[in-house]
Amino acid sequence: MEKTVSYYRIFPTPYSLLPTPYSLLLLTLMNEFLPTGIQLTYLVAASLFIVGLKKLGSPATARNGNVIAAVGMLLAIVATMLDQQVLNYEMILLGLAIGSGIGAIAAYKVQMTEMPQMVGLLNGLGGAASALVAVAEFWRLLQHGEVIPLDINISMLLDVLIGGVTFTGSMLAFAKLQGLISGTPITFSFQQPFNLLLLSAYLAGSTYLIVTPDSLPVFFGVVSVSLVLGVMFVLPIGGGDMPVVISLLNSLSGVAAAAAGFVVMNNMLIIAGALVGASGLILTEIMCKAMNRSLFSVLFSAFGTGAASGGAGGSAGAIDQTVRSIDPEEGAMMLGYARSVVIVPGYGMAVAQAQHNVRELADQLERMGVDVKYAIHPVAGRMPGHMNVLLAEANVPYEQLHDMEDINPQFDQTDVALVIGANDVVNPAARSDANSPIYGMPILEVDRAKQTIVIKRGMSTGFAGVDNELFYKQKTTMLFGSAKDMVGKLVSEVKQL
Amino acid sequence: MTSGLIAAFFVFVLASFTGFEIINKVPPTLHTPLMSGSNAISGIAVLGAIVASGARETNVSVILGLVAVVLATVNVVGGFLVTDRMLQMFKKKTAS
Repeated sequence: MEKTVSYYRIFPTPYSLLPTPYSLLLLTLMNEFLPTGIQLTYLVAASLFIVGLKKLGSPATARNGNVIAAVGMLLAIVATMLDQQVLNYEMILLGLAIGSGIGAIAAYKVQMTEMPQMVGLLNGLGGAASALVAVAEFWRLLQHGEVIPLDINISMLLDVLIGGVTFTGSMLAFAKLQGLISGTPITFSFQQPFNLLLLSAYLAGSTYLIVTPDSLPVFFGVVSVSLVLGVMFVLPIGGGDMPVVISLLNSLSGVAAAAAGFVVMNNMLIIAGALVGASGLILTEIMCKAMNRSLFSVLFSAFGTGAASGGAGGSAGAIDQTVRSIDPEEGAMMLGYARSVVIVPGYGMAVAQAQHNVRELADQLERMGVDVKYAIHPVAGRMPGHMNVLLAEANVPYEQLHDMEDINPQFDQTDVALVIGANDVVNPAARSDANSPIYGMPILEVDRAKQTIVIKRGMSTGFAGVDNELFYKQKTTMLFGSAKDMVGKLVSEVKQL
Repeated sequence: MTSGLIAAFFVFVLASFTGFEIINKVPPTLHTPLMSGSNAISGIAVLGAIVASGARETNVSVILGLVAVVLATVNVVGGFLVTDRMLQMFKKKTAS
């Protein structure tokens, strides 16, 4: 697809300064072959994206797939730089260099535990870039006094909305996960009417711009409303649902890129954007399934409002119950003389960077003839697969990692379940208490094991803000302290057995 | 609708179906790297940003375009590198 007429600009090429025959030849070359070459390169790049994404879905080929997609991106960028409309090489190359530098530093500095917020942050930048493309285009068309065609106009308005929501929504999700602001859902009275008002304002502004496209103030009004909508979208959603939100925003950033593709009429943007939009939606659905929540309830039921009342009611009775706490020496005895131990790692283990100590403990136990397995909840950590990444980092053998479906029937024959920094994913209330906000979420049934040891900093509630009756059970003993300290002490105590 | 726009719609819809199909069966282990990898691909907005800042002049739209170039490049480079970092760990494990 060639550029639309509206976007066509005539610039004197440097070659017109050459003697006529050469200039003619070169001009022909530039005009005839270059656009075709660019489009064909895009075709190759799009194919590489598809092959890359496909390979990313299988453990053996995932790393190759990522490299293939990156090569596709490089090709697409180089091809675009050759576009005849692109004359501002130095500045663009500078921009690419600055962006690459920041991106590379961020990628190497980030801790594995901070991966969810990292994805959120990067995602927000992508959304912002898509929205900026629309704003820049609008500005340019307006300055040049060109008539904005209806289809471009609608694409720009959609791009601004989706890109803007992606940007501020992702930033807020990042802030919530990073702990910059509280992860609890924030709601206020008249929230729904206010959102409706914003949406109507967006629609009114868009309608106005479609009729009279040359109003800069109204355009900026629409941009601002889109940005506020992004904030309002994520504000009432609790920290526990943040992975789903980030996944959804990832999908949205793809749609925003596709919309930007319609603005500048570029197939490459449309294809890549649509691929990400569709695949992101599938991933979001998978995550919702793992948490046994529908996407609708995540987005519109404001988790926290119901949770606060239900959680308070449930905990009132439980708070009087006693908690049995032990020291590492006793814990080591229970573990060392068990036949089978199932380790349930949670986000607390990840935050404490205790995965290496945990592996050491597992190795030590295995040397003593204990059968050690890891039970991985689908949303352990903060995203599906997050815990697998962290344990792989610590060289835990893949065969020892077991899915929830795999391990749950085995808890009956397990001597000790060792819960390290996990809370909501082992809360029996999800099975029994219909009033609990996490009711219905599939959990790891550690309470079926003969003994349960829970390593935890204190009695605080988990991410979902719900009290955990597991801690008060007869068979449960608590080991209070940071995951890293406690596991470290367990290792040395087990060695002395 | 112009024929160009219709062709663009065809591309959009077909690419969407492709996206739905290729992400069909993925083991949970790979969900986080997959999200991060596809997130890097959504940094494709950098192409739009390059086109938007292509004019050899200094005005608001070029400056906005350049800002978009920087932001999208952070997304692309950061996304691919971080994905590689995550996947590297799996590779180390299978090798040992």
